[in-house]
Amino acid sequence: MGETRVLTSEKQPEVGAALEKALGMTAADVVFEVRESGMKGRGGAGFPVGIKWNLAGAASGADKMVICNADEGEPGTFKDRLLLEKYPHRILEGMAIAGYAIGSARGIIYLRAEYRYLVPSIMKAREELLEKKLLGRSILGGGFDFDIEMRFGAGAYVCGEETSLIESLEGKRGEPRNKPPFPVNSGYLGRPTIVNNVETFVNVPLIILNGSRWYRELGVGDDAGTKLFSVSGDVKHPGVYELPMGSTIGELLEIAGAEDVQGVQVGGASGTTITPDELDRRLSFGDLPPGGSVIVFDSSRDMMAVLNNFMEFFVHESCGQCTPCREGNLRLLDATRSVRSGEITGMEELKEFFVLADIMKIGSKCGLGQTSPNCFVDIMTKFARLSGGKGGI
Amino acid sequence: MPNISVTINGVTRSVREGITILEACQIAGVDIPTLCYHPDLSLAGNCRMCLVDVEGWRTLAVACVTPVTPNMKIRTHSKKVRHARRTVLKLLLASHNSNCPECERNKNCELQELAEKHNITINEFQTSPKPVSFEEASPGIMRDNSRCIMCTRCVRTCEELQSVAVIKSVGRSHRVKISTFLDRGLNEVPCTQCGQCINRCPTGALFETSEIRQVWEAIEDPEKFVVVQTAPAVRVGISEALGFSTARSTGKMVAAIRGLGVERVLDTDFTADLTIIEEGYELIDRLKRALVDGDETAVLPMTTSCSPGWIKFIEHKYPDLLPNVSSCKSPQQMFGALAKTYLAAKEGVDPANMVCVSIMPCTAKKYEKERPEMRSSGFKDVDYVLTTRELASMIQEAGIDFKELPEEKYDRWMGESTGAAVIFGVTGGVMEAALRTAYEVMTGQEVPFDGLNITPVRGMEGIREAALTFPDKMLNGYEFLAGKTLNVAVAHGLSNAERLMDKVRAGEVDYHFIEIMACTGGCLGGGGQPIPTNPEVRKKRAEAIYDEDAALHFRKSHANPEVQLLYAEFLKEPLGHKSHELLHTTYTPRN
Repeated sequence: MGETRVLTSEKQPEVGAALEKALGMTAADVVFEVRESGMKGRGGAGFPVGIKWNLAGAASGADKMVICNADEGEPGTFKDRLLLEKYPHRILEGMAIAGYAIGSARGIIYLRAEYRYLVPSIMKAREELLEKKLLGRSILGGGFDFDIEMRFGAGAYVCGEETSLIESLEGKRGEPRNKPPFPVNSGYLGRPTIVNNVETFVNVPLIILNGSRWYRELGVGDDAGTKLFSVSGDVKHPGVYELPMGSTIGELLEIAGAEDVQGVQVGGASGTTITPDELDRRLSFGDLPPGGSVIVFDSSRDMMAVLNNFMEFFVHESCGQCTPCREGNLRLLDATRSVRSGEITGMEELKEFFVLADIMKIGSKCGLGQTSPNCFVDIMTKFARLSGGKGGI
Repeated sequence: MPNISVTINGVTRSVREGITILEACQIAGVDIPTLCYHPDLSLAGNCRMCLVDVEGWRTLAVACVTPVTPNMKIRTHSKKVRHARRTVLKLLLASHNSNCPECERNKNCELQELAEKHNITINEFQTSPKPVSFEEASPGIMRDNSRCIMCTRCVRTCEELQSVAVIKSVGRSHRVKISTFLDRGLNEVPCTQCGQCINRCPTGALFETSEIRQVWEAIEDPEKFVVVQTAPAVRVGISEALGFSTARSTGKMVAAIRGLGVERVLDTDFTADLTIIEEGYELIDRLKRALVDGDETAVLPMTTSCSPGWIKFIEHKYPDLLPNVSSCKSPQQMFGALAKTYLAAKEGVDPANMVCVSIMPCTAKKYEKERPEMRSSGFKDVDYVLTTRELASMIQEAGIDFKELPEEKYDRWMGESTGAAVIFGVTGGVMEAALRTAYEVMTGQEVPFDGLNITPVRGMEGIREAALTFPDKMLNGYEFLAGKTLNVAVAHGLSNAERLMDKVRAGEVDYHFIEIMACTGGCLGGGGQPIPTNPEVRKKRAEAIYDEDAALHFRKSHANPEVQLLYAEFLKEPLGHKSHELLHTTYTPRN
């Protein structure tokens, strides 16, 4: 896989080279380069990064903010941890480039509470960049100032959602905001704010150094760049893999050594559950949205137990603000338990729950409630072996 | 903002850019069900009841928070929308304590109404209502989380309208609940007991601490002499609480209360007039001491003291400004103290057997009567406080046909009212009443406003200012104010009170007298008034109050003949020895 490993390649570009190059460009050109690269947000939602930066750059308002979402909380995801451990300089450099691009002097890393042990190494990287004048006042002797501080989550899954993360940063209860306004216009403390994933920032220096065209061509077809996947479960070699975006799930599983596959959870608990018949589906925002987590279940696993586990997770992690997510996850868990206990045997009896799942997807306030029913629908329709047809609106 | 074109259910119309889908639908006469939305509050968008279909959107749009955009195509009754509404209702009902007959809000519940309207008869979801959790300790407000639907209207009321912010969402997921700091009782946190949260609760999760049972027992006890007083705002609220439209119904209300079997029906208006005399003289005394004698203990501006929610608020938040508060008790407590002394003697009743019941638009009054200072008659001055809603419930229980009742009059000695007292029920009313009296006492002339209507202090602006310049010729003893201007301010809702008192504390304003009412709109919008409350409802009640003022024979507190008799026979003079003993009080810093 040598040539496809760029983020995790042994040969890393010199720290500061990308920032120096970016500072030699106009901010608009930096945004343009990132936009042309076609990179979509690596957190899972897949919003085009360049467009986000462009909106934030154009937004009126002082004290714009660059926030790195390091609240890696999707079950089965651990690729950001690897990046934070191994490439803290490149993350900080990517944030600084983003700051230059949108006109911000201040960045915050919102770190998952469980990753607190990484603080010394990240702070050390910051110190080194400060020494090299790659952070701080008048970076590389020019007129651009940028510094970064760290804040910590408190263990709430919902704070990975960008507006909840911002609420949490402001010292409030971690709950999603109504949109609009979007953070690019009114984010942290009402300032124009971009929130990007760790992996997104790691990509930025490479795009600046190698150009948008290079980045685009790393992916398969319309998909740009490479992607990190955290593979766990019933595979021989669990770990983090870097593949071109648009690779098939089958290719990934072959590398990771999956021999007996009953089901695969792609994109974490909130992602898609697929069967062995679907292994040629592509890891792409157009097909299987790849948040990064891939969990493999072999034939010894009870998929209904898997579903039960996921639904318990969502029932625990819903922030409780909006009705569909707060109450809906609880009812989907009820239904899961009823199927497991044999109280419900046919699709007909689940009809109302599929309607509920549909309403949660289109009626919840944030991505949590909009995606939590995915596993319910997938596992019930593909694995539960219930009598009768398909439910839903 | 320019107008834009939007299409609602196939009908294209022009609306102002920047308004929400909900507002556009309201203008178009299209009904959108809501629960967490309230016109007095910020937008939460959390109940998801108002979801509508917008062409080209992946998700449904939340009508209450989503602004309309040019050429937006909105559908309010698509298949998706119908399912969404029914699903949201079923979800809420599944975890709701649906024991409706036992609920204070039965038949006046937004959840019940929507469930009925959307024909929710079968709920496929397993029901698991939250456990009943009555909070018993708080004197004015009770909570039962089993009826709560987490709309957070109470939270926003407490924070935005009242700057009190003692209740918040606590916990996650279905375990989330509205709670206080460390889950303490409302009596153990700086809650003002104003009850504004009750008025904005869509269900019965918040309600007053009821004293109906105790009042029935007193009425049914032949040993007891039950004396009822009715606050100014109750007479314009009671008809609403009984299911009729807003109307002045003083006479019918008196008849209904008498019909319950109480011994005397008297008027808090009587002591409202008395408050004006005592507070007016206190203001004049402070002005004289401050302006003529240079007495530093004479603190200005003086603020009113009749709103117990305001008193609790200032005790918590501005204990350093307590010397600014008038020492006058509220009309309710003046009434209680006089009922068990002056009235008991007049009626030849042993005050130990007298039960003093107030009908109040207020829940903080339930708290106020429990204050240890409020026993100057030698007994608990006021025994029980019923809200307007509780009175309505007793009238219904007694089977009294309110509509058909004749107009009756209050009993004597403490039943006479003036228009000045009636307007205590609306924000600015105490100020207006005080100015009507103070000006005349000091100048010998009526206030220079057409028909005694001091319009600059009227209205619903959160904070209002006015100035009144005295003539060059003053009556004997008041020459020091000749040609001087009296600066006054009025605030209603505790957030406005906070804004005003911050300025007072910072020395940025030069007022002499300030009226503050804890509740939006004044007592007519009080926490004990009929539900719902909103700007439209409050406007109607205010109109009814001003109509009542205009219709009364006496319009100035000092013209109240029974108050005059009280001074002649009992109190002797304003701020005299008896007044200090019975009508004035002290405050407690609670910082």
